[in-house]
Amino acid sequence: MSDLMKVSSNPHIRAKSSTSSIMAAVVIALLPAAGFGIYNFGLDALILILVTVLSTVLTEYIFEKILGKKVTIGDYSAVVTGLLLALNLPVSAPWWIGVIGGVFAILVVKLLFGGLGQNFMNPALGARCFLLISFTSIMTNFDCDAYTGATPLAALKSGEAVNIFNMVIGKTSGTIGETSMIAIVIGACFLIMTGIIDLRIPGSYIVSFVIFISLFGGRGFDYAYISAHLAGGGLMLGAFFMATDYVTRPITVKGQYVYGILLGILTGIFRVFGPSSEGVSYAIILGNLLVPLIEKATLPTAFGKGGARA
Amino acid sequence: MAKLTFSGGIHPYDGKDISKDKPMKKILPKGDLVYPLSQHIGAPAKAIVEKGDHVLTGQKIAEAGAFVSAPIYATVSGTVKAIEPRRVVTGDNVMSIVIENDGLYEEVEYPPVKPLEEMSREEIIERIKEAGIVGMGGAGFPTFIKLSPKEPEKIEYVIANCAECEPYLTSDYRRMIEEPEKLVEGLKISLRLFDNARGILAVEDNKPDCIELLKNLTKDEARISVKALKTKYPQGAERQLIYAATGRKINSSMLPADAGCIVNNVDTVVAIYHAVIEGKPLMNRIVTVTGDAVNDPRNFIVRIGTNYHELIEEAGGFKTEPAKIVSGGPMMGFAIFNLDVPTTKTASALLCMTEDAVSEMEPSACINCGRCVEACPSRIVPRLLADYAEHYDEEAFLSHDGMECCECGCCSYVCPAKRQLTQAIKSMRKMQLAKKNAKKSAK
Repeated sequence: MSDLMKVSSNPHIRAKSSTSSIMAAVVIALLPAAGFGIYNFGLDALILILVTVLSTVLTEYIFEKILGKKVTIGDYSAVVTGLLLALNLPVSAPWWIGVIGGVFAILVVKLLFGGLGQNFMNPALGARCFLLISFTSIMTNFDCDAYTGATPLAALKSGEAVNIFNMVIGKTSGTIGETSMIAIVIGACFLIMTGIIDLRIPGSYIVSFVIFISLFGGRGFDYAYISAHLAGGGLMLGAFFMATDYVTRPITVKGQYVYGILLGILTGIFRVFGPSSEGVSYAIILGNLLVPLIEKATLPTAFGKGGARA
Repeated sequence: MAKLTFSGGIHPYDGKDISKDKPMKKILPKGDLVYPLSQHIGAPAKAIVEKGDHVLTGQKIAEAGAFVSAPIYATVSGTVKAIEPRRVVTGDNVMSIVIENDGLYEEVEYPPVKPLEEMSREEIIERIKEAGIVGMGGAGFPTFIKLSPKEPEKIEYVIANCAECEPYLTSDYRRMIEEPEKLVEGLKISLRLFDNARGILAVEDNKPDCIELLKNLTKDEARISVKALKTKYPQGAERQLIYAATGRKINSSMLPADAGCIVNNVDTVVAIYHAVIEGKPLMNRIVTVTGDAVNDPRNFIVRIGTNYHELIEEAGGFKTEPAKIVSGGPMMGFAIFNLDVPTTKTASALLCMTEDAVSEMEPSACINCGRCVEACPSRIVPRLLADYAEHYDEEAFLSHDGMECCECGCCSYVCPAKRQLTQAIKSMRKMQLAKKNAKKSAK
């Protein structure tokens, strides 16, 4: 027999999951939230989602073609970014907001820093914050055919009563994908069951947030108030889909708890003491920036380095 | 009760079913036998025969080259054909004794054996040393050194590593099913050396029949217990095994003896039995010939020195052209490019796969998913270490405990970006170890 040419270093078997299978699963997990958004806000939502996703994917494709790099749109990470960004836009936003956001997310936040895995900030959130600052009135205009007036969180902040049942279902105003707690949790359960995310970050995020607003929200441990905070705004979408973004969260297990708690506290500060009723996006972005420090401080102890009888 | 295990690890497809139910088969070599002088950790053995010499089965053909070394015995009768470099599984050419098999299998007369009760500690260790026994799980560290720690009275556990966590391998399993008495007797011999020690047979719980069998066999042995460990790779890695069985932790700079433990693999314990009770040197080992490319995957009792081609022939040849052949298991074995290599003391398996997805896999960017961190049994951060290794950043590699890596392969296995994490870390470790050794010998 001739020499066998296939020689490689161990191990010689690999797990099935790949970057693209993980990203595809995240896309699937976002579909309930996206679907509910379309149901809730109408066809405009679908168009905005499609435009945004198309612009993120095309940006990556064109950039890599121009630079003669390997085209990486097949890993679906640009789809995830586009979808997440679209779910964070108000339905009243014009189509070009989706395009600008998509280009900014992929080109500035992701590709200019070296592409997948190198961005220090979640691209979708980076773009959302960029849009919030640059086009504040468009980005905070939640009036649409279905709803007018303040979002439940803003109403809550100004002391009005809110319908918690509608908030949990999602029949309220807000960005396209954030309104339905149920749809988001269904998607999150899928990710947890497939082992793509775990509860470390979302769990510590939500628990610490609840503790924070119980202490500093001014209403004590008020069940209705806390429920409204959990179901309202981008907390669920942020905790399960953006705080858990692999690239921009700590890789160490201990660090993930620290990060989750930090996000809970920051979100609480922004929501309770800040001028805006929302705070999840800024909390996560700020948290992203602290990830290298958190990782450094929470490196695990190697096996056996803690003493023979530890 | 929580299962005995460690943190990290993976659950790959185990592939054991294809070979586990067939009894072991003794095979006799037909062609030349090749004995690399270096098939253990330590100094190469020194040949004591010359070209043209006639040798008998069981005759010593090479003696230990230094304190850390091991003698080698002929496993057939015949004529020494050459002493020259021959290729081994790692791809290196190693100085080897080549014996032309005369097919007569004439055996030497083994020295008489004393009953175990009459043997002193020193006599037992001398026997094991003279038999050329080394760690047969893969490391190849001379066993007599393991059995002679500085303070034998401080050894509290003698563990027989019956985990067999490596996928596809079933040689330990067959040994336990077919010759459990030898295993238990071998363990009792080791226990004779350590008065304060208790014996543990540590078996993964995917082998309930072995656990049952060994429990029955040892029910009257006050000093021996059978422990069922959770089935998870790498449960049989020395440090993880010690932790699961005793709750003690050692790191790369410590020896099991530092935690009061001695660990030997199943085949090694049985070799101790053969050496001490029967007076026979190490001449055979069990090799699992398996994979979807061979016709009759099973375990063979192989004479050391037998050519790999003969193992494939005995297993009914290839069903289909194999895409990749691995000496050892799929997690830690060596991919070989030529079957013309000999069975050595540490060769545990020959895995022939019709598909090799790995060498064509293209690594992509790390997405920081953390799967490697969760899988790493050494509790280090493979993602970072591989980066440091690729950039040859020694300082960061060492300060992040890169040397604690046990090269088990879990990180590469789980990586969705298909990065060659183990390979990168392994090469860096090798360079660092070589550097350390060079420094030592310069002194």
